[in-house]
Amino acid sequence: MTPVKTPQSAARVAPPPGWLARTLQDHSRALNSSLSELLRKPVATLLTAFVIGLTLALPAGLDTVLRNLDVVGDSLQGSLRASLFLKDSVDADRAQELSHSLGKRPGVASARYISREQALDEFRQHSGFGEALDLLKDNPLPAVIVVTPDRHAPQAQTDALFKELGKLPEVEQAQLDEKWLQRLYAILTLVQRAVLVIASALGLAVVIVIANTIRLDIERHREEIAVMKLIGAADAFIRRPFLYTGLGYGLVGAVLACAMVVGAGALLSQPAHELAGLYEAETSLRGLAPQAILGVFGAGLVLGWLGAFWTVSRHLKHIEPA
Amino acid sequence: MADIVFFHRVSQRYGEGPEILRDVSFRLGEGEMMFLTGPSGAGKSTLLKLIGLLARPQSGQIAVLGQNIAQIRRARIPAFRRQIGMIFQNPSLLNERSVFDNVALPLIIRGHSGVDIGRRVRGALDAVGLLDKEKALPPTLSGGEQQRVGIARAVVAKPKLLLADEPTGNLDPQMARDVMQLFQRFNQVGVSVLVATHALGLIQRLPYRIAHIEHGHIENREDADATTDTPESELDAG
Repeated sequence: MTPVKTPQSAARVAPPPGWLARTLQDHSRALNSSLSELLRKPVATLLTAFVIGLTLALPAGLDTVLRNLDVVGDSLQGSLRASLFLKDSVDADRAQELSHSLGKRPGVASARYISREQALDEFRQHSGFGEALDLLKDNPLPAVIVVTPDRHAPQAQTDALFKELGKLPEVEQAQLDEKWLQRLYAILTLVQRAVLVIASALGLAVVIVIANTIRLDIERHREEIAVMKLIGAADAFIRRPFLYTGLGYGLVGAVLACAMVVGAGALLSQPAHELAGLYEAETSLRGLAPQAILGVFGAGLVLGWLGAFWTVSRHLKHIEPA
Repeated sequence: MADIVFFHRVSQRYGEGPEILRDVSFRLGEGEMMFLTGPSGAGKSTLLKLIGLLARPQSGQIAVLGQNIAQIRRARIPAFRRQIGMIFQNPSLLNERSVFDNVALPLIIRGHSGVDIGRRVRGALDAVGLLDKEKALPPTLSGGEQQRVGIARAVVAKPKLLLADEPTGNLDPQMARDVMQLFQRFNQVGVSVLVATHALGLIQRLPYRIAHIEHGHIENREDADATTDTPESELDAG
């Protein structure tokens, strides 16, 4: 052993840094420590982040699917029309006037009058029964007013409008086939709720995955934590690097989740385009919305922090220097 | 001379086991150095643990650094421990961190700047003769060197009180003498030092007070007499 020297220099006290400088310094050290820990075992870190990413991607993907179905619904609602078959007693002028007034009603996008003659001509052109129609003495087709509802009007308002139109004295019969659209909206509402439930359950799963991963980190550092406590480290100081680790898992998980949803969107774009074309609906597949991206990152960070805080707080209490 | 450590009729046992400490009363003054001797199992380590709040006494009253430890809540323990340097026979070093990083820990916890940490750590390593080992990992050091790293870590933040539990247990006689000399030097700069050891041969010629503990009872007439009455001022503090 070399001759001992006076410990005066070691014992000299310097003024501590200010509160802000110290806080920044502590956080910077905790962040460095956390990054080193994550990078020390990159495969394990990526695997954990991948599981979190997959868990976050599922609700984000479902949300994207829902948004697209909503768009398809809106687009199909544009093709929703009511056909008002007029009584024979209603003359062409009155029918024109009625069509004009209906077109101005709130909740109605357009109203088009089709006279008996126009109806017969259209039928002749499209049905292929032109010669058979020539054998008829009278035109059997009624005059029709085709009413298209405003696509932005609430569903309830559209329903009420169609019921009201069916009761007009000039109308013999109103024909509307909207049940399938109502079913679509009912299914969408149900799926939206299901997505919320699934997202909540998966959020809990993210918290548990992160908490368990960090619990293993705590176990691996048990001796170090005991030494830190022995030399006077506060729980907040010991907890901080683990919180950054939780945030790190959440952040990388969110990045992977967004990448997964975008990748899946790219894969499904072409078949979705073809399917939408078959329904004459809007053809472009919508990707992850900016709000959804923010949501995924927010959820990743908050759940990562929560998982870490929960597990560190639980386990720190039980680690004491011997 | 104000008391840094004050014990009044302290008793301690773990669970249903035998009494480890029995009616122990003693004082350690500010800037004083004192040795606690006794055979293995006599209660020396338990006494030091009570001072460092690694355990709570079952009965009796303890004041350390002017604080009645019964009144120190859990959240305040870290701040309390930051005033004390603790050295054990097993120095409890972090094997994955370098010697420098191990010694720097108490300063990092206190929020010292990087420059200040560098200066202080090198000063402490210089004091224990390990300046050239700052980058080494603890497992590559000898037992004596590890013990000195533990000492450097305990003193680097200049604690008011230094507790050492069998610090020379793993060392050869020369190293043990050097370590004792080191404690004396820390004491000379104002640090109160309490060393528990059963190496009587090493300390009996030193000019410091020695308290002998056996079967959980401290035998030190001077202190026993001095603590017959409980000075309320000691225990109200903190």
